Amino acid sequence: MEILVCVKRVPDSSENEIEVNPSGTDIERDDLVYSVNEWDNYAVEEAIQIRDKVGGSVTVVSIGDEDAEEVIRREMAMGADNGIHLSDESFEGSDGRGFATILKAVVDQGNYDLILTGAQADDGAGQVGGMLAALLDYPYASLVNLIDVLDGKRIKVGREIAGGHQEMNEIDLPCVLSIQTGINEPRYVGIRGIRKVASIDIPIKGAGDLGVGTETIGAAAAKVKRQDYFVPELGEGAEMLEGSTDEIVEKLIELLKAKGGFK
Amino acid sequence: MPEQIFAYILHKNGNVDDTAAELIHAANAISPEASVVAVVAGSGDELQAVCDEMAKTYAEVWKIDSDALVYINAEVLRGLLVRVLPKNPVVLVPHEHFGMDLSPGLSVKLDAAYLPDVVAFEGLEGGLLKAVREEYSGMVSTHVTCDIREGAVITIRPGAFQPDESRDAGGQVLDKTDEAVDGGIPGGNRRYLEIVEAETGDVDITKSDVLVSVGRGIEDEDNLEIVFDLAKSMGADVSCSRPIVDAKWLEKARQVGTSGQTVKPKVYLACGISGSFQHMGGIKGAPFIVAINKNAKAPIFQVADVGVVADIVEFLPDLADAIGDTK
Ligand SMILES: Cc1cc2nc3c(=O)[nH]c(=O)nc-3n(C[C@H](O)[C@H](O)[C@H](O)COP(=O)(O)OP(=O)(O)OC[C@H]3O[C@@H](n4cnc5c(N)ncnc54)[C@H](O)[C@@H]3O)c2cc1C
Ligand SMILES: Nc1ncnc2c1ncn2[C@@H]1O[C@H](COP(=O)(O)O)[C@@H](O)[C@H]1O
Repeated sequence: MEILVCVKRVPDSSENEIEVNPSGTDIERDDLVYSVNEWDNYAVEEAIQIRDKVGGSVTVVSIGDEDAEEVIRREMAMGADNGIHLSDESFEGSDGRGFATILKAVVDQGNYDLILTGAQADDGAGQVGGMLAALLDYPYASLVNLIDVLDGKRIKVGREIAGGHQEMNEIDLPCVLSIQTGINEPRYVGIRGIRKVASIDIPIKGAGDLGVGTETIGAAAAKVKRQDYFVPELGEGAEMLEGSTDEIVEKLIELLKAKGGFK
Repeated sequence: MPEQIFAYILHKNGNVDDTAAELIHAANAISPEASVVAVVAGSGDELQAVCDEMAKTYAEVWKIDSDALVYINAEVLRGLLVRVLPKNPVVLVPHEHFGMDLSPGLSVKLDAAYLPDVVAFEGLEGGLLKAVREEYSGMVSTHVTCDIREGAVITIRPGAFQPDESRDAGGQVLDKTDEAVDGGIPGGNRRYLEIVEAETGDVDITKSDVLVSVGRGIEDEDNLEIVFDLAKSMGADVSCSRPIVDAKWLEKARQVGTSGQTVKPKVYLACGISGSFQHMGGIKGAPFIVAINKNAKAPIFQVADVGVVADIVEFLPDLADAIGDTK
């Protein structure tokens, strides 16, 4: 099975406090720790496990500036066979549809049976996978938490729905799936693993190589545009308990007692 | 200005989802003048009951009735909607698991803009709709503009808009089935098989009055012990956020949230949980929420009643000890 996994380099929100810069044009990018989008890491692990079971190859693709290479390399250290780095100034300012259009061009140049994305990335959109499928006219399933390869033409997938229930579907290949966290346990990548792939050449492709232009990608084509970042004032917020730990604990116990917090 | 705005209605076993009454207010917030059409798909008597119910809230209800929609598969529905919707439509869909399955692809098939997970609208000017979204699981918000002149599919965060409770619309139900199925049933390359029910665990957190809930802030599986110690001292049960289940540290039955359990405790102690909407969406009944988090700017502090800025690995044992002393 030939598998393509789309991965994005994002600020790691479990490692950073994300703050808005003073002018509200961006988040504070200095000193941010970046990593591969959490959902994408599960997608790569799943692809590797499928390949190890049924054969084939795993290709990782990322759209981003020069730093995106670092996450492609990390996922190759996990075990992906190939990496493709898509980088071009004209990609900047694309909306979800623009990114899906760029990724479609990569799919068109390959021969993939299965295309995986993460369920969502740092901006919480959850859009690229579904759009990519629609552009390709491939079937799509989102929030996938189980994949079972039936044969070369069909797979069985579980989708996570409400209440912890799972919706089972059979899907014809080629198809696009968005992967939900928890589908597997992504393997650890150590420094040694990264070193092993340090010298592998990762080709860079631009708009010209992909045959995409400003009528479908970039800021000019984008229908959805971010204007600013801000931190909303939502109601009063919590009453913050302050003082020494003993004082806080004492106050908290009092409150918990009053609200029925003990049996 | 769109003359019509379409609201996709979720329902299950004849019951209308909470979001159904919220979408009409979302539509009004986009454009108070637009007429709002509820689109309801499904099959048989159950569907008719949902349509009748929706006619109390929406002036117009479009019904799509087919045996192929007994269980609604987004791949099938997408193809049907493309046939019945007019040119350049503005379509609202709840941002939950089904909306996420249906909507991005629907926008492409309609050649319309896609605007996901909106929490508020701030006006429409010259075809540009201004909306508020959140990024980085609610740590920052953004204003975005969306060009809706050629239509838009917009997903609305559940709970972000107040439900409409007037129920005096006296609307009419129009059957759009013929148009929808003209050309056959699409989406045959993804076939629904069955629902696998969630596993039940050793505790039923949906029945607990007091929950000590633990999130990624606990950092290490071994640290879970202090959470169980605290819960024991309080006579509480332990629940958790999704990353704890993903890491297989606790069983799925303990996960609170939209893809986990819906809980209704009196007291909810959120320890090292950031407060994403998918997590908070599983907490109902307005409990007394205490948040303990080392980041003073964590979004959970905006929804909690009481907050403590502390490292839970140090604070929780202190709290448990002090509670032990009071007994
Ligand atoms: C379709 C979908 C469905 C989902 N369903 C659910 C669901 O049902 N339930 C759910 O919970 N999530 C769900 N999620 C995931 C959700 O979006 C968040 O990723 C998740 O809730 C985050 O969990 P968290 O708050 O524990 O982790 P994080 O967001 O990583 O937050 C950890 C918090 O701990 C704090 N912290 C770190 N260290 C310490 C310390 N030592 N002491 C104190 N505080 C500390 C940090 O400041 C941070 O605020 C879903 C996502 C999707 C896409
Ligand atoms: N810049 C990018 N490069 C490669 N893949 C991406 C990029 N942005 C988004 N994706 C893919 O689309 C998924 C969903 O992202 P989003 O729609 O932005 O929430 C991610 O998990 C990735 O798999």
